[in-house]
Amino acid sequence: MATDSVDPELATRLQELGREPGGSVKVEEIAEVVEAILTTMQGDLSAVDVRLYEELESLSRFITEAKTDIAALRPDEVKDEFLPKAADELDAIVEATAEATNSIMDAVGEVEEVMSKLKGKNAERLMDATTKIYEACGFQDITGQRITKVVGALQHIEEKVDALLNAFGDEIAKYKAANPKMEEAPVEEAIPADEDLLHGPQKKEAAMSQADIDALLNSFD
Amino acid sequence: MAVDLNMNVLIVDDYQTMLRILRNLLRQLNFKNIDEASDGSEALKKLRAKAFGLVISDWNMEPMTGIQLLREVRADEKLKHIPFVMITAESKSENVIAAKEAGVSNYIVKPFNAETLKGKLISVLGEF
Repeated sequence: MATDSVDPELATRLQELGREPGGSVKVEEIAEVVEAILTTMQGDLSAVDVRLYEELESLSRFITEAKTDIAALRPDEVKDEFLPKAADELDAIVEATAEATNSIMDAVGEVEEVMSKLKGKNAERLMDATTKIYEACGFQDITGQRITKVVGALQHIEEKVDALLNAFGDEIAKYKAANPKMEEAPVEEAIPADEDLLHGPQKKEAAMSQADIDALLNSFD
Repeated sequence: MAVDLNMNVLIVDDYQTMLRILRNLLRQLNFKNIDEASDGSEALKKLRAKAFGLVISDWNMEPMTGIQLLREVRADEKLKHIPFVMITAESKSENVIAAKEAGVSNYIVKPFNAETLKGKLISVLGEF
C-alpha cells in the first residue's frame, strides 16, 4: 500500500492492520482508521481527491451501518443460547432413540424366548420377524452418527460466531444496553401467550413427572 | 471343513445398541460364544488374552479405531490369521481401499441386514 503522502502515525497504524490475520481486526478499528484518513485530507482537493473522499466517506458509513445491523442480529444470543440449546436437543434425540431401541430389543428377546418353545412354520415366521426387527434397530446407530456430525458442525459455527463477537468488541454490549429485551424488564404476573407455551418435548431433568403434574392439578381442588 | 460355531467371536462397536443387534443376529446364526469390546484397544486386549476365530468391528471408535485395530491384528504374528470383518457407516471407496490394503477379510456397510451379514460370513468362514 502506498502510504508516502499519509500522516506517519496513520501510515504505521495502516501497516500494523495489514499485518493482522484476516478476521481478527476489529470493525471499530477499521472505522477509526477510515475516519482518520478523512480528517487528514485538508486543503485544496483535486477531482480525484474528492472522488476518493466520497468513496471513503461512503465506506465509513457502510461500516457503521453494518456494525449496527450485525449487532441487531444479536450474535451473542446465537452463541450463548441457541447453539447450546440445539446441541442439547440433539443429544436428547440420541438418548431417546437409544432407550426406545433397547426397549424394542428387550421385547424381541421375550418373543424369542417364547419362540424357542415352538416348532415348525410358526417358529420360522417368528424368527424372520425378530430378525427384521433387529435389522431395523440399526437405525439408532446411523442416526446417532449423523447427529454427532451435526453437533460437530454446530461447534464450528460457534467458533465462527465467537470470532465475530471478538471482532465487534463492545459494540454488542452497547446495542444491548440501548435496546433491552422486553422480557428482561421486570413483569409482574405475566400471562404467557399461546405461542410461549409451545416448548416441545422437555429434557428429562427439566420435565415434570406425571406425579408432579397430578400433584399440581390436585392443588387446584 | 465345517465352521466351528462354538468358536469365540469378538464384536467391536462403541454403540451398545449395535453390539446388542450384532450379538442377537449372530445368535440367530447359531454362533454360541460372542464377546464384546467398545473400541480397538479393549478389543486388542481381549484378542491377546483368549483365542478368537472371528472379529467383527466398527470403524469409527475412540480411542482406537477399527482400521487401527485391523492393522494391529495383522501386524501381530499370533493374531494375523484371524478373519476380520469391518461393519461400518464409512462407505467411501477410499475407506474400503484402506481397509483392503490393511488386510480386511470383508466389509459390510451400515445399515445392513441379516442376509448380508450371513453372506459375508460365509464368504469369509465357509458354509455353516
